[in-house]
Formats: sequence, structure tokens, C-alpha cells
Amino acid sequence: MADGLQVSDLNAWFGARQVLKNIGIRAPANGVTALIGPSGCGKSTFVRCLNRMHEVVPGARATGQVLLDGEDVYGPGVDPVMIRRRIGMVFQKPNPFPTMSVFDNVAAGLRLAGIRAKDTLNDVVERALRQAALWDEVRDDLNAPGSSLSGGQQQRLCIARAVAVQPEVLLMDEPCSALDPIATAKIEELILDLKKDLTIIIVTHNMQQAARVSEWTGFFLMGEMIEFGVTRDLFTAPQDKKTEDYITGRFG
Amino acid sequence: MKPLQKRVIVNRLMNFLAGAAALLVILPLVLIFGFLVYQGGSSLNLAFFTQMPKPVGEAGGGMANAIVGTLILIALACCVGLPIGILGGLYLAESRDPRLPWVVRFLADVLNGVPSIVIGIFAYTLVVLPMKRFSALAGGVALGVIMIPIVLRTTEEIVRLVPASLREAGLALGLQNWKVTVRIVLVTARAGIVTGVMVAIARIAGETAPLLFTAFGNRFWHSRLDQPIAALALQVFAYAISPFDDWHRQAWAGALVLISMVFLVSLAARLATRGLQRQTR
Repeated sequence: MADGLQVSDLNAWFGARQVLKNIGIRAPANGVTALIGPSGCGKSTFVRCLNRMHEVVPGARATGQVLLDGEDVYGPGVDPVMIRRRIGMVFQKPNPFPTMSVFDNVAAGLRLAGIRAKDTLNDVVERALRQAALWDEVRDDLNAPGSSLSGGQQQRLCIARAVAVQPEVLLMDEPCSALDPIATAKIEELILDLKKDLTIIIVTHNMQQAARVSEWTGFFLMGEMIEFGVTRDLFTAPQDKKTEDYITGRFG
Repeated sequence: MKPLQKRVIVNRLMNFLAGAAALLVILPLVLIFGFLVYQGGSSLNLAFFTQMPKPVGEAGGGMANAIVGTLILIALACCVGLPIGILGGLYLAESRDPRLPWVVRFLADVLNGVPSIVIGIFAYTLVVLPMKRFSALAGGVALGVIMIPIVLRTTEEIVRLVPASLREAGLALGLQNWKVTVRIVLVTARAGIVTGVMVAIARIAGETAPLLFTAFGNRFWHSRLDQPIAALALQVFAYAISPFDDWHRQAWAGALVLISMVFLVSLAARLATRGLQRQTR
């Protein structure tokens, strides 16, 4: 955990088309790393490579080294299922399980992994919902269907579901793109809270968001990492012309 | 005539034709149901549901054995058709194999079109000949085979409707693939699958041909599942071709009970679908 996540020489393909070229970043533990760039530049693919979700898509593959606390995610004999337990993920569109209640959604990860003890589940669900800043809004009706919540609440429910299994890293793939500004502000506040317990990598379209929540930022363009550095430096004194063009709104 | 007027007239004409066609769809069912009530309603009484068929010449009696027999045959058919149909449908929806699902899908559609009497011959060869007697089991196998393609295809369609994002959410939680499929995808699709099962049951409940030389029919209570068993459809058939007026009336009543059962099952299926729509909204 102390090392966070270190990525080097990551390449990814959809069929014969290469979508990521030699990406390398260091996401320090208990920090927030933001990834920015125009649509289709490979940010989402990149985070999906980190917990081996990329290969779930037919025809997709990835090579490279992703060190999670010193252990290579792409090492021989590594079980992607175990990796995904250690590296959680929150998606662009809130996707609570529609047939499950709020409680069951949060408990799903543990319960389906075989943990049945009621007390444990109760504790975990409450802790996760508190971490996701949703507890006060749902505590009176944990049996309501997860899909009955508002969009912002659903996304926090998905965050609670992801942190309930106590991952070391949380990947967030444009978690606010379907939310209004108030819900977005809540999630950003939450990110700052969550980083006490885990390492966060967040993909965002919104450069202000990257500037607000992250310590490190990477700029992607057409499958390549153009620049990676301390957030403040990247936004105030970009090293690369393309980064400057992007953050000043000249394209993208 | 101005173009606008013409358009309005064409619009009204098409509206009328489409509405009339829609009414024609339900007309046969209304006529059949009305005729059954008219012919068989008078023979429907408590005895019809609780008593056994009377010997030839004695009035009264009922079809209790056939009603129970039909229910048992449906249950047996479900034992054959549901596991194969649901698991197969799940495979078709989830498989990434480029060829096998295509072949299975195509052959299932062909199987769906095979005349039910041919499926009866299949069950006769497969079950009746080796056992050397007609049996409820053979009838259940025949009906179950008819259910398979229906359940298979609806399960596949419904499972495909489950958004990929839910599957990904499960995988991202660190769950094994099969657990995601069974505990999340299948559970999300359950209402739709139930509908498919109901449709399949409605379809087989009235099947007669495949039972002629498998379940065979029985004027008495069946004793065991490896013995011939009565079924409503068979009893209606036997009574309808008999020379006795009383039996004819009972045949009408039997048909009425059968169609009512199908009606109830279809209604239940419809209500289950409404539940699904509520869930996904």
C-alpha cells in the first residue's frame, strides 16, 4: 500500500487497433491522481487496464507492468478476480443492482464472496455508507430498492458498494459526468475524505475537477500520455505545447 | 381535391383499417371462448372437478383425474424443459464462441417448428419403447422437449437485455464470472424468464398429439409415474369422438377448463412482465 500504484510500459489493444501506447504513471498511496484528455483518448481504457477489466471486452488485450504494492497485476498466474478485490471501480453511469435493496447493493461484494455473518454485514454496510456520505440519507430505509435513489445518491451507493470490500485502490471513471453540480460537489468532497483510506485514480472530462481534487495529473491524447506531473504544475506551467493547448481550451 | 384533404382522408382510412385488424385479432378467441361457455358451461359443476369419469351410459361424473393428470404432466415437462432451456439460453446469451451459439439458435428455431406429433414419436422411441409401456414420464418428456426451444430463446433474449454495466459492476467487485452470471445477471432477468416459462406452459398445457402414444390417457387415477396417465386434452379428444351426447357435453366443459387454465397462466405471465418493467425503470 505504501507504494501505491506504479504503471510502466502499458499497451492496450482492441483487436488489431492499439489504443494505449507505453503509458507509465506513479499514483502514490493515499493520493488522488487525475487523468484528463479529450474523449476517446484512452483514459477510460487505461483505468480499466489497472484492474484487468479491459480484457473483459471480447478482443481486448493489454501488456505491460502494473505494480500494486510491488506485485505485478499482469504477472504470471495472477488471478484477475483477486486483483479486482484489491482495486475497486466506480463507473461513469451509476449502476446499482436493480433487483437489490440499498443494503443488499452495498453488501453484495462481501455476500457473494461468501460472507454471511449478519453482524459483520451490518457493520460493513454502515461503515461503507458513512464513507460514501450516504448513510444519513438512507439509514431509515435500507430496504428501499437501490434504483429508487436519485442519480447522485445512486453514484454514492456505487461508491459505497466499491469501498465495502475495502479495496486498496479506487478507480473512478468519470464518476460525475451524469450528475448535477450539487451532486458533483458532494462526490468531490467525498474523494478528499476517501483518500485517507485508499489510493484514488479518477478520470475526468472536467479540468476544474482535476485541479480541485487531485495532487497528480496525467494528460492523455490519442492513446499516449503527453504529460504527467504535479497537478498545480501541470495546470500553471505545462511542459508540453499540446497540454497547454488543451488546458487553455484551444482544442478538445 | 386539395392535398391536405386527401391526407386527412387517407389517415382516417388507415386508422380505421388498423383498428379493425386489431379487433379481428381477438375475435377468434372471443368466439371460441363464447362457444365453449355456451356448449360446456352447463356441464361445469363441482363434480366435474372432483369426480372420476363415470362408466359409459351413467350420467354425471367429472374429469378430476384428467385435471390432476395435466398438472402432473406440466410439472414433469418443466423438470425436463426448464433446466435445459434456462441454462442453454444463458449459454447462448453469454457465450463468445462465434459458431456454436448460432447453430444452437438455428436448430432451436427448427425444433420449435417441428410438429408436436413428431415430438410425440420421438418420446415414444426414446421412453415408451425401452420401458415397454405408456407412461406419464414419456408424456412429460414429450411436452418438455416442446418447452425447450421456447424457454431457451426467451431466456436468451431476456438475459441479453440485462445491461452490460451490471455485469461489469459485479466483475469490478471481484466476483467470479459464474457468480456474476448466476447471482446478478440471472436474478436481474428473472421476471422475464418467468414470463417465458409461463408462455411455454400455456403452449404445452393444451397439446394433445404428443400425448397420444406417450401418456396415452387413463380413465382411472394414475398409480405411478411409469403408468399411463390421464390428461385434459386427451380426455377431451376421446370424449369428442365418442357417440354419446353426455360425453360431448363433458368434452366441451373439459375444453373450457383447459382454455381457462391457459388464460390464467398467460395472465400471470403478463403480470410478471409488468413487475419487470417496474424494476428496470
